[in-house]
Amino acid sequence: MKLLIFAGPPSAGKTAVIRQILRQLAGASTIAFLKIDVVRAFEDEELSKEFGIPARKVYSGDVCPDHTGILVLRDAISWADDLGADILIVESAGLCLRCTPYTSQSLGIVVLSAVGGTNSPLKMAPMIALADIAVVTKVDLVSQAEKEVFRERVREVAPRVDIIETNAVHGTGLRFLMKAIQSVPEISSPDEIVLRGMPPLAVCTICAGKKEIGWQHHFGILKTLDGADDLYRGE
Amino acid sequence: MNDRNHRTKDPLPVATITILPGKARDGTRENFDEITIRAGDTISIVGPTGSGKTAFINDIEVFACHDTVTGRSILVNAQVPPDEMVRDPARKPIALITQNTKCLADLTVQEFLEMHVKARRIPDTHRTAETIALANEFTGEKITGEMRMTALSGGQTRALLIADAVSVSNTPLILLDEVESGGIFKENVIASLKRNNKAVLFVTHDPLLALLSDRRIVMKNGAVEKILEPKEREKETLARISEMDGFLSLMREKIRAGDLLDREVPVP
Repeated sequence: MKLLIFAGPPSAGKTAVIRQILRQLAGASTIAFLKIDVVRAFEDEELSKEFGIPARKVYSGDVCPDHTGILVLRDAISWADDLGADILIVESAGLCLRCTPYTSQSLGIVVLSAVGGTNSPLKMAPMIALADIAVVTKVDLVSQAEKEVFRERVREVAPRVDIIETNAVHGTGLRFLMKAIQSVPEISSPDEIVLRGMPPLAVCTICAGKKEIGWQHHFGILKTLDGADDLYRGE
Repeated sequence: MNDRNHRTKDPLPVATITILPGKARDGTRENFDEITIRAGDTISIVGPTGSGKTAFINDIEVFACHDTVTGRSILVNAQVPPDEMVRDPARKPIALITQNTKCLADLTVQEFLEMHVKARRIPDTHRTAETIALANEFTGEKITGEMRMTALSGGQTRALLIADAVSVSNTPLILLDEVESGGIFKENVIASLKRNNKAVLFVTHDPLLALLSDRRIVMKNGAVEKILEPKEREKETLARISEMDGFLSLMREKIRAGDLLDREVPVP
């Protein structure tokens, strides 16, 4: 079974890209889908209805959705394996631009929208840097100049990432994504899958429900306005 | 790494772009052997909504290779184009402008063009001024370098993007998907593209634009139904439509200027 991990900010078109993959591969291959989101998600129901594929979702609630994704990924692989799936697609919530949910033995795909502005790849650097492929969507909506500059900005962040421009609604240009999916190796040893990079730290006292503003009221790893370095303060 | 050096090299000269047939929605093969586009060609694509006009343009833009729903394939210089030409928008010999194409960044016209000139690493310092001058040949609503891109009218935006494709991208083939609506001097655009040795393919419902083209591709049910080459046969109709179009443009200007069109106006 192959593992595809999708990340990307909200409304970038992750599901539109996944839909194109399903349009081409569902039927010939068994594809299982897992959506990770925070409070509500509908992608699993929509895709399951449209393509008749096994699909499910996990809500992270008050926990970082990417951490949740990592915690449930091993279970998800077993679930998809038991179904006899050829491909497991995992779609992240796409909330935090610091996300890096990609693992070893997978194809990591970041979906970015050209509409986000030419500087957006610089803002999402961690999410792009460890991906194998950057799919840039909505290229039909922006000028040629912005299209070219967007590509340069992605290159700046990740010189080796494979960039694929598309109008995902029509599925233009996705042949290179399909080729990459074809050639990605299957999971060889699921128990040895590890994250490619460190996810952002998600344990702070705000996470745990303390609502006061100002670092003076919190402990753990903290930030002050002056001196942007982290500081550690125990309770 | 050597990307920078690579960019300044002239791209592979594109002499022809060839479209090979695919199939209609009912699975039957399209009714042509090949359509070849050369420098200076003007080709219009017509047909009812849902007949496959945009899919035809998209096939060309992505260099389809039996991998789109239509099954068409596209050759450059009679060969399958190299991946690089297909994938890098800065090396693609095709510019696509649709009715949705916009500059989203909040930049002035001058800054926008400079951004593109810089991305292309064009050393020529007059290029932005040339582009603005060309855009002004396409539209009656004057464009200046200080205007904000987001404040341009639809006509001004299209005029500028076409000028940008001609003069900055310098792509041999320009695809226009239904961009004809008001504010553009259609005949000037076509004449300028011809003069600059550009080939242009446009999806259109506009009678004047359709008749200004050398070849007219008629779409039906997802496929090319026929290819018309009217040559001289539509000459008189073209002259009449051109006159009517001029009349309508004049009326539009008068209405915009706040005139009351109460006196009888001689209809051509």
